Amino acid sequence: MSKPKVHHYEYDVVIVGAGGAGMRAAIEAGPHAKTAVISKLFPTRSHTGAAQGGMAAALGNVEEDSWEWHTFDTVKGGDYLVDQDAAEILAKESVQAVIDLENMGLPFNRTPDGKIDQRRFGGHTRDHGKAPVRRSCYAADRTGHMILQTLYQNCVKLGIEFYNEFYVLDLVMTKVDGVERPSAVVAYELATGELHVFQGKSIIFATGGFGKIFKTTSNAHTLTGDGVGIIWRKGLPLEDMEFYQFHPTGLAGLGILLSEAARGEGGILRNASGERFMERYAPTIKDLAPRDMVARAMANEVREGRGAGPNKDYVLLDLTHLPPEVIDEKLPDITEFARTYLGVEPYTEPVPVFPTAHYAMGGIPTNVQAEVLRDNDTVVPGLYAAGECACVSVHGANRLGTNSLLDINVFGKRAGVAAVEYAKTAKHVPVPANAADEVISLIEKVRKSKGTEKVAVLRKELQDSMDKNAQVYRTEESLNEALNDIAALRARYENISVQDKGQRFNTDLLEAIELGFLLDLAEVLALTSRERRESRGAHLREDFLARDDEKFMVHSMAYLTDKPAKKPGDNIKVGWKPVIVTNYQPMERKY
Amino acid sequence: MATAVATKGNEFEQMGSVPTFQVTLFVRRFNPEDGQEARWEDFDVQVHGTDRVLDALHKIKWEMDGSLTFRRSCAHGVCGSDAMRINGRNRLACKTLIKDLDITQPIYVEPIKGLAVEKDLVVDMNPFYQAYKDINPFLIASDKPAKERLQSAEQHSKFEDTTKCILCAACTTSCPVFWTDGQYFGPAAIVNAHRFIFDSRDEGAELRLDILNDKEGVWRCRTTFNCTDACPRGIEVTKAIAEVKQAILRGKA
Repeated sequence: MSKPKVHHYEYDVVIVGAGGAGMRAAIEAGPHAKTAVISKLFPTRSHTGAAQGGMAAALGNVEEDSWEWHTFDTVKGGDYLVDQDAAEILAKESVQAVIDLENMGLPFNRTPDGKIDQRRFGGHTRDHGKAPVRRSCYAADRTGHMILQTLYQNCVKLGIEFYNEFYVLDLVMTKVDGVERPSAVVAYELATGELHVFQGKSIIFATGGFGKIFKTTSNAHTLTGDGVGIIWRKGLPLEDMEFYQFHPTGLAGLGILLSEAARGEGGILRNASGERFMERYAPTIKDLAPRDMVARAMANEVREGRGAGPNKDYVLLDLTHLPPEVIDEKLPDITEFARTYLGVEPYTEPVPVFPTAHYAMGGIPTNVQAEVLRDNDTVVPGLYAAGECACVSVHGANRLGTNSLLDINVFGKRAGVAAVEYAKTAKHVPVPANAADEVISLIEKVRKSKGTEKVAVLRKELQDSMDKNAQVYRTEESLNEALNDIAALRARYENISVQDKGQRFNTDLLEAIELGFLLDLAEVLALTSRERRESRGAHLREDFLARDDEKFMVHSMAYLTDKPAKKPGDNIKVGWKPVIVTNYQPMERKY
Repeated sequence: MATAVATKGNEFEQMGSVPTFQVTLFVRRFNPEDGQEARWEDFDVQVHGTDRVLDALHKIKWEMDGSLTFRRSCAHGVCGSDAMRINGRNRLACKTLIKDLDITQPIYVEPIKGLAVEKDLVVDMNPFYQAYKDINPFLIASDKPAKERLQSAEQHSKFEDTTKCILCAACTTSCPVFWTDGQYFGPAAIVNAHRFIFDSRDEGAELRLDILNDKEGVWRCRTTFNCTDACPRGIEVTKAIAEVKQAILRGKA
């Protein structure tokens, strides 16, 4: 078979991913530098569009608020694993981030005097935990949709160049002056099967999450962690991968997200006997406790036999006391999900819900300029990351709702600004002539494979194992089981075959390649989860129930090594990185 | 453990008692690399009570024929990737529950009409995106406010419906005018123009109304309401088009 055609391009700034972070970066970069945005989807298909409830900012439009309270809530919500300098930036720059979006045209819901309206959300409080505060700026329950549309609209306005349905599969690093520097990314074009090498002075990864390592997830089918996986395979570290958020209210059995805004607007969680059980777990803010606590409380209700339904395996989200017009105005989409997918009428019936894998707090380590780190403090010159794929870390061990739409805007913008600044003075790093060879061999290996294993079977087994062993409850034993399962699946992955051998729109081939990234990231998550022998935020170890600030008030930093893995996970080295503390010493986390 | 007894009227609880049923899907296939004409191919699939057409397509792809090709992403009706023609109607595969179709008959799944088929259920969306870009789908405003612009709830309500568009193309490719005249802007582009024309913060209404007053603009609309029926987001598309027509004739109210 002939080699696939390889095209070459030269840009100042190359952005991988066209969700909120990627497009926010593009809006900064586009006017000042020759910029390309590469996405495996058409931009408005990105999963930012599925975010519902809002974007946090201490505007104080409806009641008193301050960025300092927001910072505190973010730090406490993240169980003190948040880098506090980054959280301060997030909270301080939130106001401008919201104003930027409004000025770009985002149709926020309004207060009676025409300002941006705000509502309550989990973990966001007045004066350090005294009561819930209205901090979330929103557009009904489709805030993410409106952010994604608005950013895309502004990219159209600025004439940003997009390469849509191009799958970036490799980052080319070239050694210059003894330092490994990024020189290009290599993308596979879905429509043709041809390859494209994008040389860039600055390269920004904004590739989103990897929820598809789990079975029950709110994430899109396309969220397979390709970007994070590429960084991993380059030997660069991943930070805090053990911290994965399970959103409390996924539609039971399906995992489709029902926004926390449902509780922000007054919705109540009940168990089989109708009890408002959150009163027992978080007496002050009850149903508006942070997600890790609510998810755990729900799982605990089910575990102790108080679950609802024929199999007692879910709890109920009760909106029946809300006036139908409030539901229609503020929660139209999510109530339609309940009707469409479960046949439940939220006006009159409570909705079956259970935690669903939702968001990676960890990812590619960066500093507050969105520069990627190769160890605890050394920057990789010219390489940036922002959004869910990155770990800056503003979310610590547990992200607060509405802080991710904020994160993509604040750090997406910072990444764009920093990338332009760097590109102004930097030279292009030479791209080797054979830059696409690794991707060519990866693709041809999968295309020509004649094995007996099916990609979909392996993926399902991976997801089943992760749901069973690395979900809300974890132990040394369960995590070792996950690692063993992954090692076995990895061996079987060598023996796959794909049926579609064609060049055009070969999604069969790409699903196989995506599974490779899922296996890599699931392994890092399971291993770092095993090595963190404490419970903190979203990471609950039943064999180490207490938070251990003495040993573990540090970020994990996982590295892929060349060491042969005699036991599963042996080839991964885990280091630790100090948490940046400015104002808030760790305290017991009560709500 | 005792078997769960399903209560009447709660479909979720009945999931356990009626776990699966079999359906036949006829899927329109086309592979540009095999030299054959487009053709129907049938698949028998076991599905669950909560499964959607997208789940059935995944079952085919993952268990029977890996070459079956379609776009999809979020799988719950917000990303707009998987608009297709299901039993002759444009819908999102991820929002169409199989149990809501007549499962005694085969389910026909084919690409949306009026755009060139690339492979199986994948069409060339570029003409659709171009029409969208042509109406200047972004806020045009000359002021540089230091804070947010004010907008009343009433002003917001004039265009809120059309902000829900996810660019899935279900409306445009259900339009008989678009089928015969691919130059027609089509409902989705007009919906997105409406979203800005009626936004109190926008100053570009005249420009857009001018564009849509073209011979391939709003006047091609024959108010067949196919677009409104097809919209998976429940946007009143035909009404939005009518409001744009009114604005061209009388200026925006």
